[in-house]
Amino acid sequence: MDITMEITLAHYLAVAGLLFTIGVFGIFLNRKNLIIILMSIELMLLAVNINFVAFSSFMADLTGQVFSMFILTVAAAEAAIGLAILVVFFRNRGSIAVEDLSQLKG
Amino acid sequence: MLASLVFYTFGFILILSSLFVITARNPVHSVLFLILGFFNAAGLFVLLGAEFLAFILAIVYVGAVAVLFLFVVMMLDISFADLRKDAMQYVPVGLLVGGVLLIELTMVFMSWQASPELAQNIAHPIDAAAQANNTKALGLILYTDYLLIFQMSGMVLLVAMIGAIVLTLRGRSGVRRQDVSKQVSIKRADVVEVQKVTSGTGI
Repeated sequence: MDITMEITLAHYLAVAGLLFTIGVFGIFLNRKNLIIILMSIELMLLAVNINFVAFSSFMADLTGQVFSMFILTVAAAEAAIGLAILVVFFRNRGSIAVEDLSQLKG
Repeated sequence: MLASLVFYTFGFILILSSLFVITARNPVHSVLFLILGFFNAAGLFVLLGAEFLAFILAIVYVGAVAVLFLFVVMMLDISFADLRKDAMQYVPVGLLVGGVLLIELTMVFMSWQASPELAQNIAHPIDAAAQANNTKALGLILYTDYLLIFQMSGMVLLVAMIGAIVLTLRGRSGVRRQDVSKQVSIKRADVVEVQKVTSGTGI
């Protein structure tokens, strides 16, 4: 009996952990490109969702899936607002570099 | 056996495509890899018995969020090469933070074990009926026990929609638009003038 044959909760948590770490690393790697940073945030939210659903499935409790749905809602709203701010900022400044974003201060 | 093979396929492609998302030179490729990753995550959800969430992921994420990213990437006229120019200087600190986070997650994971009382705390157990019809089981608790949060997430979406419209709406000057009420309410006297012209002279 080796660990590669039977898929347990641990496997899903490993995938989610790796995905979350890649998301965090992506924020640092693309420190200037706001679009990729938003995509990295989406990856991190996806990792959280995988955790919720994996626990829900292996603990036989449906609650986790409901909360995963709410995370999806918030993620969609966040992407819409973030991209809207990005478009307006690009229209005014002609760039999306993160260091220029300090001009957003009042 | 087959299930584990499917899991490894989906998981491997998911991790690989998310790596490509953050390293791709062209942001359009990043978005396309993001879509691939979402599809594979939906596959993992199906494997876990959460079919409804898998479809929601495919419809909402791939159909709406990722395509929105694609539109914005293609709409903005930016030299993305300039944005990447000195990206390599942030790699060490990124690796440090990411590595520390991964080690922390692994340590938490190694020492973690489920509480023995956990079985008594299950709020909505997945029974045979819920296993067979995941969507119905979700709906039964979503519209009863979680009604308030459901309504609040609707409000979040409404606020996000209004916010996005207000942010991006702009009144352009110098655009000629048809104004129907102005056209209809115009009087004959406003536009036609009858002049008496005596012969041999102009006006």
